[in-house]
Amino acid sequence: MGGKWNKSSLIGWQFVALPSALILLFSFYPMVQSLLLSFQSGKGTVYSYVGIDNYIRLFSDPMFLQAVFNTLLYLVIQVPIMLFLGLLIAHLLNMPNLRFKGFYRTAIFLPCVTSLVSYAVLFKSIFSLDGIANQLLMSLHIINEPIAWLMDPVWARIVIIAAITWRWTGYNMIFYLSAMQNIDPSIYEAASIDGASKTRQFFSITVPMLKPILLFTAIISTNGTLQLFDEVVNITNGGPGNSTMTISQYIYNLSFVYTPNFGYAATVSYAIVIIVAVLALIQLKVGGEKR
Amino acid sequence: MKRLRMSLVHLFLIAASIISLFPFAWMLIGMTNTSSDIVKGKFSIGSMFSSNVTKLLETTTLGSAFVNSFIVAIVGTAGTLILSSMAGYGFEVYRTKGKDKLFGLLMLSMMMPFAAVMIPLFRMFSGFGLLNSLVAAILPSITTAFMIFFFMQNTKSFPRELLQAGRVDGLGEFQLFTRIYVPTMQPTYAAAGIITFMSYWNNFLWPLIILQTQDKKTLPLIVSSLASSYNPDYGVIMVAIVITTLPTVLVFFLLQKRFVQGMLGSVK
Repeated sequence: MGGKWNKSSLIGWQFVALPSALILLFSFYPMVQSLLLSFQSGKGTVYSYVGIDNYIRLFSDPMFLQAVFNTLLYLVIQVPIMLFLGLLIAHLLNMPNLRFKGFYRTAIFLPCVTSLVSYAVLFKSIFSLDGIANQLLMSLHIINEPIAWLMDPVWARIVIIAAITWRWTGYNMIFYLSAMQNIDPSIYEAASIDGASKTRQFFSITVPMLKPILLFTAIISTNGTLQLFDEVVNITNGGPGNSTMTISQYIYNLSFVYTPNFGYAATVSYAIVIIVAVLALIQLKVGGEKR
Repeated sequence: MKRLRMSLVHLFLIAASIISLFPFAWMLIGMTNTSSDIVKGKFSIGSMFSSNVTKLLETTTLGSAFVNSFIVAIVGTAGTLILSSMAGYGFEVYRTKGKDKLFGLLMLSMMMPFAAVMIPLFRMFSGFGLLNSLVAAILPSITTAFMIFFFMQNTKSFPRELLQAGRVDGLGEFQLFTRIYVPTMQPTYAAAGIITFMSYWNNFLWPLIILQTQDKKTLPLIVSSLASSYNPDYGVIMVAIVITTLPTVLVFFLLQKRFVQGMLGSVK
């Protein structure tokens, strides 16, 4: 019996060996290399170990601090707005006697099929100085003169947040909608009999039942936002004056745009690793606590 | 009261739908206008379509970019499907403690930011002598922990009796996989294929680093470089965007059900 077990286990290893080796080679090995590199400094091909100098430099590097600030700002503002909108739309689309459900669902989901570069460029053209966004707002008398969307640090960030929300709300909505459809309707019937209002039912039944999926979407959105690159590069290229630059873009610039300093770039990249890990732990803790 | 509430719901959803669909209309109409009309916000069909198309074909390497994007996406997807499904099958069907531990380790790679691995990857591929090659654009994501997880989750509902029946019929262990598992799991392959195709087709950062000459570039790189030029021609850019977007929109409408299923498969 034992012999047969081992043979079957061995066959299993044959199935998993190559794919696992590829992930180790293309993810884990570079992670280790990156860690080693983060303690080195140099230009071109000559690198030497400098201990934690790179890490100390982080705290006095205004560009790094700015990039962290921008990235966290996107995270804190954009992710909650998007998850809330996704939840609200899913809730509305889940109403039993709503008409045109299929149309709304398809329309709101469609942004998810666009490439990040393409929609970023579309948003750039929509929010140009004389562009359609300004014209629309002016014709509705919401503003009197055009807003210089992409030249102003605050407005540029707002455009980026709006763009990401446009692209990803439908994506999250689909997850919520499918989770809502798995909730047993008799729970709501019982709550109605007990006199719970629709709003009360939403917060006391729907939201708690959706907790695992809310946690899942919060973690993947956080992860995605911390790696934000394509949109910012193609809408503002980090400007005006680095006010929209993200950590990923800073790493890219350090490696391939400015005089290459792979060592320091690797140090910055480990800052993201630490932030991702800390935030995921916090989210798991908060999400798991009330279960 | 109830009717008023329902109208408000529709009003909100119509507004959300218009906002969602507007950029699609914007790119289609933009294809027919001049660049200066587009930045001035002209939202009506113009007569510049054929001149924009001609200019795009003359001034860029769009044809080769389309072919490159296609090769990367198709070869990458095929490779990912084979490797990830093998691993998902192996981890689930031949489950042991050791494999569970390895699987847990692999899952960690999902939390690794790409920015943290791109520099060593870049140096690794330049060491291989594979800079500026489509192979390099494909390889790093040829198996992902996410896809292995996806196949493993879906394998949980795969009827194991079929494997026993196959063994009785005298099939070897690899034949069980190719002749029984693969055909039975076609819906899972379709869903996984769509997600993988989209992520290869739309990928930007890694190709930007690794593909350096014009003849090797993929569509997103062309769109990005057109849009970041000193004096971007938006009429031309809109044509390029439509060409980039069309295949994924088509895949979505043809396989809508599988697409949604594919996205949800991982959280079943």
